[in-house]
Amino acid sequence: MDKMPAWADVVLIPLISLLLAALLSALVILGIGENPIDAFKLMVDGALMRSSGWGYTLYYATNFIFTGLAVSVAFHARMFNIGGEGQAMLGGLGVALACLYVPWPHWSLAILGSSIGAATFGAAWALIPAYLQAKRGSHIVITTIMFNFIAAALLNYLLVNILRPVGAMDPATAQFAEPTHLPTFQDMFSTAAMPLFRGAPANVTFFLALLACVLVWLLIWRTRLGYEIRAYGWSQTGANYAGISGTKIIIIAMLISGGLAGMMAVNTTQGEAERLILNMTEGAGFIGIAVALMGRNHPFGVLLAAILFGFLYQGGAELALWTSIPRELIVVIQALVILFTGALDNMVRMPLERLFLAMRRKEG
Amino acid sequence: MTDTAPAIELKGISKAFGPVQANKDISIRVMPGTIHGIIGENGAGKSTLMSILYGFYKADKGEIFVNGTKTEIPDSQAAIAAGIGMVFQHFKLVENFTVIENVILGAEDGALLTPSISKARKSLKQLAEEYELNVDPDALVEDLSVGHQQRVEILKALYRQADILILDEPTGVLTPAEADHLFRILDNLRKEGKTIILITHKLREIMEYTDTVSVMRRGEMTATVKTAETDPEQLAELMVGRKVLLRVDKKPATPGDVVLSVRDLKVTDSAGVERVKGISFDIRAGEIYGIAGVAGNGQSELMEVLGGMRSGTGTITMNGQEIDLTGKYSDGQSRRARGIGHVPEDRHDEGLILDYTAWENMIFGYHRDPEWGTGPLMNNAAIIKEAEAKMERFDVRPPIATLKAKNFSGGNQQKIVLAREIEKNPDLLLIGQPTRGVDIGAIEFIHQEIIRLRDEGKAILLVSVELDEIRSLSDRIAVMFDGQIMGERDPAAADERELGLLMAGIAGEPDKPDHIAVEENLTAVEHGEAPKHG
Repeated sequence: MDKMPAWADVVLIPLISLLLAALLSALVILGIGENPIDAFKLMVDGALMRSSGWGYTLYYATNFIFTGLAVSVAFHARMFNIGGEGQAMLGGLGVALACLYVPWPHWSLAILGSSIGAATFGAAWALIPAYLQAKRGSHIVITTIMFNFIAAALLNYLLVNILRPVGAMDPATAQFAEPTHLPTFQDMFSTAAMPLFRGAPANVTFFLALLACVLVWLLIWRTRLGYEIRAYGWSQTGANYAGISGTKIIIIAMLISGGLAGMMAVNTTQGEAERLILNMTEGAGFIGIAVALMGRNHPFGVLLAAILFGFLYQGGAELALWTSIPRELIVVIQALVILFTGALDNMVRMPLERLFLAMRRKEG
Repeated sequence: MTDTAPAIELKGISKAFGPVQANKDISIRVMPGTIHGIIGENGAGKSTLMSILYGFYKADKGEIFVNGTKTEIPDSQAAIAAGIGMVFQHFKLVENFTVIENVILGAEDGALLTPSISKARKSLKQLAEEYELNVDPDALVEDLSVGHQQRVEILKALYRQADILILDEPTGVLTPAEADHLFRILDNLRKEGKTIILITHKLREIMEYTDTVSVMRRGEMTATVKTAETDPEQLAELMVGRKVLLRVDKKPATPGDVVLSVRDLKVTDSAGVERVKGISFDIRAGEIYGIAGVAGNGQSELMEVLGGMRSGTGTITMNGQEIDLTGKYSDGQSRRARGIGHVPEDRHDEGLILDYTAWENMIFGYHRDPEWGTGPLMNNAAIIKEAEAKMERFDVRPPIATLKAKNFSGGNQQKIVLAREIEKNPDLLLIGQPTRGVDIGAIEFIHQEIIRLRDEGKAILLVSVELDEIRSLSDRIAVMFDGQIMGERDPAAADERELGLLMAGIAGEPDKPDHIAVEENLTAVEHGEAPKHG
């Protein structure tokens, strides 16, 4: 029998973890001489109370959905893909090449092309560690993290030496052509009478991310491939017994994972910057790990966790803007959230399980 | 006799793990100088009770008396101090230490080892003479046979002055000859006045070697009786709570055409060791071919090659057609496509995904079959419905298809695997350890299913370390030792001693009178060496 009801596992534990993280963050803010309640209000105001705030929150959330899903899919096969960052950078390259060298007539076609480019390049970047894991036994955690550095160096080289337009000073590609520009939330939802999401970078890619959530859910829980991925993740000897090829599962799961990580570049590169710049990932590849952890590797959980981290990102920026709280503090808060929801999961889980057991015994 | 204090007396021991009551108000008296058997199904609470006695768990309620004095046993140190020693099912030895180093480990006298070692050497010599506990004190444990490793465990306990010895399923890993020797040792110990508690699920051992037996069922002690005053049927009934058919009823086999034919099969493991050394045999439709042998003599590797989990060399034909032993078409799904069903030896790690629900497990390995969905999609509703029907037919309890496999008992888990493989109607069914960790009630059912399948004209390859099971189910018995088939016997004609010798690698050589070869090899076995065979 399971130790506690499913809702407690899915809802209660993350919630309590989150509260603990918030509590500790409040202490830190107190420590640097600011009022934590004011700070929290400011974060909520800045990130959630205005439509432009939401525009930023959802923009960041879009990145985190893609990278969170990427980590989740790999994790269902019990692989820890730390390489979302590098795969996203290569995804950016795919987007840039698709947008720069194909004369797209309309954004709806351009986003298809750039998505394929992003997913292909991201997947290709994940393929090498996957191959090394499947065939040579090189640990995927080590190889993917090293590939982040290689990706950064590669992107640096390409931007400085090859893709940079003649005469330009910064390491970035040329601006993408007008027809590839994606409609932002402002374009989509504002009316003349009521301007919404003014200046916010959230764009149509958000809906692509929602679609990705649904597709990943279908893949993992409704397809034979997803069945095989999960089976391999639970027991490799079991998979061998059932005739599920470990090599195949490792390669396919990592291709999907890398492709999803690469897709976040559609949001940042095509949707926001409209050219490929250095550091286009803004650490989202790593945040994806926390998002997947907190979302329990379920697409719906990933969606919620991504929005939470979007809120932390945007709220943190507001804090830095209006108070003496440095922007780095938001890294502290994020770290606390990761610490409590991920690493210290058992600290909350164990007493809660005991509580539920005690309650059940009293009933019985 | 009546006025001696019992060596061990437990009064009203209770222990709960969460909602599970593992031990319920258990009282038991173990008299000194006796072998006291404790028998019960898996999960009956035997191990929990012994763990309490050895200080691993603390009882929620109850008292422990050792030799008449009330004793607190909060940890294993206290148990040792009270004169209680334990020999675990899985040995706790340091493999790359010598025997003597293992014996003194944790019982050294000071910072310098030399005095402890010479003291231990003297004491080991004495113990060896008194109890037939011969082991080379300077041999590395990893070089010893399993039987000898077990002796080291017993020596460890005796060296620590244990008067009361608990043995947890001690014969599970032994050949019949090794088991006999173990019981001779135990008998010697009893004669010296030591008390022995023997935990087992084998009724035969209880009947042959114990003085008194206690039966446990669902955390409760259902009876304590003098062994001489009971019989196996009564004990089985006490264990299960209802009448159990211990004997397997079957008609003589009517073998048909050859279904599986194996020729010169060799299997090398990842470390480069040859595990199966060129074996050949045939299995016909409508017969059960049983492979007996001590665990680790190549049976597992044989099953894995046949089941597509491992590659090998040689020739295997199935219904007259050769099957691939390496490459793309040697995997489990290719085997299933050729009509080979496989109930693997390890249902926890292989036969089931414990974190999958029962219905997900009901298609495990067959999940690519077209009947379970269209294209890449699975039709979960249809699979669940079918799984519920199968669980009903195989009496899986509880019959809830959405429950995770890990929440079923061992017997019901095995029924899930059997239901999946049998309902697929394979021409050949590979069955490894069908009743390992399965309770008696389910064993009866599983054996009947295997016989039924045979009577339907299927070929069955049965591998089990339980010799009794092999003997009662098989129509032909092969004995494997060191990767080879030592011989084939008719179960009606072969006696246990003969099979036991084959299991120890001792085959009669044609150019020498049998008994001489046997004597030579027995000596080799006694010294823990790999026996020679012709």
